[in-house]
Amino acid sequence: MGSQWHRLTYTKPYVLLKDGIWRKNSVVGSSLGICSALAVTNRLENGIAMGLAVTFVVMVASIVTSMIRDYIPLRLRMIAYMVIISTFVIAVDIFFKGFFPDISRSLGPYLPLIITNCLIMGRCESFALKSAPGFSLIDAFSHGLGYTFTLLILSAVREVLAFGTLLNVSVVGAAWTNWMVMAMAPGGFFLLAVIVWVVRSMQGEIDEAGATPTEKTVMEAA
Amino acid sequence: MSDTLNIFLASVLTHNIVLVYILGMCPAIGVSKNLKTAMGMGTAVIFVVTITSLINWLIYNLILVPTGGEIISLMVFIITIAATVQLLEMLLEKYLPMLYSAFGVFLPLITVNCAVLGVTLFLVLREYTLFQTLVFALGTSAGFFLAITLVAGIREKFDLIGDPPKGLQGPGIVMIMLGILALGFMGFGGMVDL
Repeated sequence: MGSQWHRLTYTKPYVLLKDGIWRKNSVVGSSLGICSALAVTNRLENGIAMGLAVTFVVMVASIVTSMIRDYIPLRLRMIAYMVIISTFVIAVDIFFKGFFPDISRSLGPYLPLIITNCLIMGRCESFALKSAPGFSLIDAFSHGLGYTFTLLILSAVREVLAFGTLLNVSVVGAAWTNWMVMAMAPGGFFLLAVIVWVVRSMQGEIDEAGATPTEKTVMEAA
Repeated sequence: MSDTLNIFLASVLTHNIVLVYILGMCPAIGVSKNLKTAMGMGTAVIFVVTITSLINWLIYNLILVPTGGEIISLMVFIITIAATVQLLEMLLEKYLPMLYSAFGVFLPLITVNCAVLGVTLFLVLREYTLFQTLVFALGTSAGFFLAITLVAGIREKFDLIGDPPKGLQGPGIVMIMLGILALGFMGFGGMVDL
């Protein structure tokens, strides 16, 4: 059973950390987990809550996947991820309902939707399934952190522009006019596009056609 | 009757799942490169969303609520979706090979499409009846079809103009297109409401 998966060559932990946060940032680099990154980031507190929730789920899901990786049949691995991920999402959902009912209400169905956040399944599929639990933990942590950073930037900018507040504390003068469209879907799309533009230009490296992983999978399958 | 029409129009236009709720972004960005693929994906989503939301409604209201099992509803929903998609894939391959070759490759991707789980979660939150669920599922997936087809159409025409700035190629420019489309869809606001 042990040689079912081809193993990744291990690198140093700080390389994994740098990859997850900056070089291969899931949202900016490979457009994973965009739904929740845009839908909930009209207020900073929602962004923080969502980022931390996803970080927690991706970490525990990666460890569990990595620990039982030799027992997961290849054909059923998707369902195995789903079961593992949804277990922890249910826990997170109950946690928020119990301790932060306001945030839970404003996140609405987006908190349970962490289950289908491609970032988490992407980490399980491309890393945890082929690596030891320790490395998977570092990898998941760094990608979760990268995701949280992106959400922090998005939600901070959107909250200031749309409501003139930061964590519900007013930060702009009385002359400020709220830019409501930033709190809605179009503002999120434009802002994320700008962030992607800036980050990619700074990194100065785009893979051939800028194809996203989903696109590649479809092209290979077709 | 007006209620039915209301739910349908609202879920296609004013509450479009892609452009207002921002769900199902992965396929909207990933498989919108040409019109034909986008329409294949859209059709597959209409098919899967309608079937899975009906099944999930039945399971939730007939099994989970009477037995007090709401707490594990999330896990049940996602397993139902995964199993249904798998089953559909096998049935189509065996009995309707034409349909299978048209959108068979999209089926595995749909399991992780947040729009599918999203529809189920919305219908539980809003406590729809079975008939309303059917209308809502059809409307929402038609909205998805509309959005992904529009994006693909724009992308095809856009390729004729030339390349956007380097950092904006790929997902970046698609997000701007989606943003402009979302602005346009905001114009429907107030027409119908849920």
